[in-house]
Amino acid sequence: MSPRITLATTRRVLSQLRRDPRTVALIIAVPVVLIALLKGVLEGSPGSFESLGGPMVGLFPLIIMFLITSITMLRERTTGTLERLMTLPLAKLDLLLGYGIAFALVAAVQAVVTAIVAFAILGVDAAGSTVAVVALAVANAVLGMAMGLLASAFARTEFQVVQFMPAFIFPQLLLCGLFAPRDSMAPVLEAVSYALPMSYAFDALHRVTVDGSLGTAGVVDVCVTLGATALALVLAAGTLRRRTA
Amino acid sequence: MNEGPAIVVDRLVVRRGGKLVLPGISLEIAAGAITGLLGPSGTGKTTLIRAIVGVQIVESGGVSVLGMPAGSAPLRSRVAYVTQTPSVYSDLTVRENLGYFARIVDVPGGRVDEVIETVGLGEYANRQVVNLSGGQRARVSLGSALLGDPDVLVLDEPTVGLDPVLRTELWSEFANLAARGKTLVVSSHVMDEAMHCQELLLMREGDVLAAASPRELLDRTGAPDMETAFLRLIEQGAKR
Repeated sequence: MSPRITLATTRRVLSQLRRDPRTVALIIAVPVVLIALLKGVLEGSPGSFESLGGPMVGLFPLIIMFLITSITMLRERTTGTLERLMTLPLAKLDLLLGYGIAFALVAAVQAVVTAIVAFAILGVDAAGSTVAVVALAVANAVLGMAMGLLASAFARTEFQVVQFMPAFIFPQLLLCGLFAPRDSMAPVLEAVSYALPMSYAFDALHRVTVDGSLGTAGVVDVCVTLGATALALVLAAGTLRRRTA
Repeated sequence: MNEGPAIVVDRLVVRRGGKLVLPGISLEIAAGAITGLLGPSGTGKTTLIRAIVGVQIVESGGVSVLGMPAGSAPLRSRVAYVTQTPSVYSDLTVRENLGYFARIVDVPGGRVDEVIETVGLGEYANRQVVNLSGGQRARVSLGSALLGDPDVLVLDEPTVGLDPVLRTELWSEFANLAARGKTLVVSSHVMDEAMHCQELLLMREGDVLAAASPRELLDRTGAPDMETAFLRLIEQGAKR
């Protein structure tokens, strides 16, 4: 591993993104628009927007980074650049961490913008620290990215990888507790929800935005989220093969 | 320059998608020379090249490069590989592409401009690769491989789609590299390219049909050009 190569990779990924202003605009604007939309949709059900809005600020980066990373990495595989990189003195972790740092930076910008609009303009209420919400949002983005890197190994085309979004992410979104408390779900689903990383990401956000602070259980949530990120990165590194058929 | 072969392939067996592509090929590639890997498409040239650079899963047999097993870590900074389809980032500029690969192989930034001149892309340095022609993209890919001044340069069809002037320039650049003691392996399905090589490996159906210098091959077959020489060798092989 080499910091020089890791940072060169970060810089390269960011330069690629800079060449695609439309994607950057979408990354920044979509969460803001969706939260504004949510406010209007929930206008008639008092209290709903207050409890959903805060966690949404922290979950959007996870979903968007999953999608962006899985497609970027798939492109790296299909255009042959990954094969070239694998013949060069670059460690697999240089590549994965390079991506990780780049997308964490993008996620930080996204989360800050979303948080400012949500908390300052749309009146989303966070019982706890909004800075903590942004920090959790960045951690969740890195989790989404790590899952995206892993998912890209199982897709051969961009059509397939786009389908991974509903296949990998939607079930987690449904089961994480955002739409219904997990202990009110069918027992099987509640049990499954314990195995899904997004449940812990949501739980931490819920504690900060609704309960007011992480507390001990929230710290455990954050540790599980970070652990899931590390696990996904290690598994993703395992899918990067120097030799292929 | 001849201190033994730079590359030794020993009874290499490779199967791709269930098909036996290389059924047990053995060959040696001289150090400090340009070796042409010639043969029709679909004959296993790319598979052999992938095995030499160590990205191909092999079934049995061995490939050693500079005395080390192909693909081993120390070789990653000594062997450079240019794929048949240009493997560069199309959304980045020429300079950004080379700049990234330069940092990976750890050469100073000035080397990037040198290489851009070598591959004749000076006026396109700040253009995005996506806006370049096929031949120009191929040169970006080639340039990326030249950055680290590798000891072994493995090029899969590097001159496809290039205009004759540029092709001649690249061949003379390859000759310069060989004169400096570098080992070059260049594949092509165009027999005319053979005359630029010092050594030739004619391949057919995953095996070596003949290994000799261009002159020897013409003498041996009595053919006026490489195309005919290759056809005669196939006929002789069929008779055997």
